[in-house]
Amino acid sequence: MMAFEVINGSQAAAIAVQRAGIDLVAAYPITPQTVIVETLADFAAKGELGGEFVSLESEYSALSFCNGASAAGARVFTATASHGLAYMHEMIHWCSGARFPIVMANVNRAIGAPWCLDPDQGDSLSQRDTGWLQIYCSGAQEVFDTILQAFALSEELLLPCMVVFDGFYISHTYEAVDIPEIQDVGKFIGPPSFGAQVIPGEPGNLHGMASAENQQRLVRSRHEAMLRAPALYEEINGRYERLFGRKYGAIDAVMPPGARTAILTAGATAETVRWCLPDLEQTGLIQLRMFRPFPAKQLCAVLETYDIEKVLVVDRNCSIGAGGIFAQELKSALYGLARPPAVHDLILAGGVDLTGALIKNALSKMPLENRSTELWGVE
Amino acid sequence: MLVDDLNREREMIISGHNACPGCGAALAVRYLTRALGPNLAIVLTASCWSIIAGAPPLTALKCPILHCPFPSAGSVGSGLKRGLEAKGKGDTTVVVLAGDGGTFDIGLQALSGAAQRNEDIIFVCYDNEAYMNTGMQTSSATPFGARTNTAPYPLFKEGRKKDIMQIMAAHGIPYAATATVAFPDDMEAKLKKAQSITGFRFIHVLSPCPPGWGSESADTVHLSRLAVQTGFFPLYEIHNGVDWKMTWMTDKSRLPLSAYLDRQRRFKQMDKEKIVALQEELDDEWYFLMNKVGPADRC
Ligand SMILES: Cc1ncc(C[n+]2csc(CCOP(=O)(O)OP(=O)(O)O)c2C)c(N)n1
Ligand code: SF4
Ligand SMILES: [Mg+2]
Repeated sequence: MMAFEVINGSQAAAIAVQRAGIDLVAAYPITPQTVIVETLADFAAKGELGGEFVSLESEYSALSFCNGASAAGARVFTATASHGLAYMHEMIHWCSGARFPIVMANVNRAIGAPWCLDPDQGDSLSQRDTGWLQIYCSGAQEVFDTILQAFALSEELLLPCMVVFDGFYISHTYEAVDIPEIQDVGKFIGPPSFGAQVIPGEPGNLHGMASAENQQRLVRSRHEAMLRAPALYEEINGRYERLFGRKYGAIDAVMPPGARTAILTAGATAETVRWCLPDLEQTGLIQLRMFRPFPAKQLCAVLETYDIEKVLVVDRNCSIGAGGIFAQELKSALYGLARPPAVHDLILAGGVDLTGALIKNALSKMPLENRSTELWGVE
Repeated sequence: MLVDDLNREREMIISGHNACPGCGAALAVRYLTRALGPNLAIVLTASCWSIIAGAPPLTALKCPILHCPFPSAGSVGSGLKRGLEAKGKGDTTVVVLAGDGGTFDIGLQALSGAAQRNEDIIFVCYDNEAYMNTGMQTSSATPFGARTNTAPYPLFKEGRKKDIMQIMAAHGIPYAATATVAFPDDMEAKLKKAQSITGFRFIHVLSPCPPGWGSESADTVHLSRLAVQTGFFPLYEIHNGVDWKMTWMTDKSRLPLSAYLDRQRRFKQMDKEKIVALQEELDDEWYFLMNKVGPADRC
């Protein structure tokens, strides 16, 4: 049994958490994430959460709380955005190093100064080296499905997973979302089985001092676990599709016949591009969903299969002094390809809205003889 | 059976740990785990104890130790307790162990949050009155007049030692108490009482540190006793933030402060004026404490 509900991305996230059989939710509010925690609080108030809802005194503490609960073998969730994510930074590293399979939603929002509420992706992207899986979503349905899948992926790999989506464009925008019943979700994801680290009655010196050599062994094992993610994700999506009829890839490509140009982007901008494709000539979309691990192999395979000559990357972010981050990562993935495509970058840092006009304008400024152009959304 | 043999069976600390000889913090945790074990889990924040606990796969304690980042102890402890409850293991006592830095300074926010939520954990601060893990730098628990490596001679710690007990009392938590290793029975009684109470409990243990304080290794227990006898570290407990009670009373017969200061090199260059100022500060605190306690509970 499934039912369509018209909800926004934040509600989709909260309902997915409730359906996932959560033990504990740790919460601290920040715009534009608040609807997620308020929806979860509503579930708790009605006795429908299935677990406990706890308000902490900061984001740092919310993630620390998740850390402690996960050590007891509990399934936990938290959500944040922007300054909240930045404030968690030390714990973000620690959760991954300690192999706690925590799922966190991050709703993209620019980081100050100055204060800005628009959906720059720099908050989540500046956590790219912390050992968290990162998956970017382009709509509320995707948010719902991805959160459920994130628990499965995270608990299997013993790596925390960040599910990322744009503030307002996804968090506050309503769409029809297909929501399976809780008992059907139970067929996809059962109670947590990853096991507790803290076992009362048994000694254990968990995450105490390591030598450089042991630290390297641990870093490497995390790295190798993460590299298993794309294949495992495919498997998980196979199961998900059999149950609910939807599946996603680490990347999802839409290539009209004869397309030699691809627009690569992540998050809500992918949905904008999808809508614009019929208006664009010989241009396709590569939606980057999984950002960590970076699906370099899958990207190269798509670019080679369709013989893509030019890629326009839409980066709603900027690594200051280096440029758009998705473009950077794409370029490094192309190293070694016999005929790598040109990579042009449309930077929408600050959270600037992507419009059809902007896309068309950018595509017109990418002559074949140029290998790389940096374009900005705001003149 | 000798008392010692009885204790040996309850002992949770394992010999060969990494503490310096005469470490008050090691002794405090020995008493603590003995009193609260064996169904015990410890959340341990960055501190000397991160080292004392040993490097995995070795360990210094027979119970699980969950290390955590420096500011996070109160919240990790809260999460662990609620996680254990969710998994049907709510009968395990969760102890958060932190130094004075992890309690008075960088850990204060998470501690306050956990106390305000009345989380069902015992937060134990072993107070060696400075950041010892990093080599004896000033914390807000360092007493006025002491020298540290961030206040080297002719500098000295300025300002009062933060009154953490007042802060905890202001949270209205069910139980808070001070303790020292010189009064192990008092310490054990307080820990057992804490364990019998549900909700947030706070234990503040003065923990002499021979290398940091410039004291003799053999002097740790003696110094702890002098700290109590001079009124530098009074022994008391607070129920529900309002019901204050002395558990060891000296009243007017407090020993002169010099008996305590003279045995520690960190106070060596303290001039008369500063000693008088420190004495006045302690007198103020004593007066405050006596007012809180009231005549009947001066024990
Ligand atoms: C965020 C952060 N800042 C600094 C440190 C370095 N550090 C580790 S332990 C410590 C001092 C701990 O002092 P205290 O809590 O009093 O415990 P003690 O070492 O005295 O036992 C410091 C500064 C750290 N681990 N994390
Ligand atoms: S430095 Fe002080 S607190 Fe740290 S182990 Fe040595 S004696 Fe104990
Ligand atoms: Mg200290």
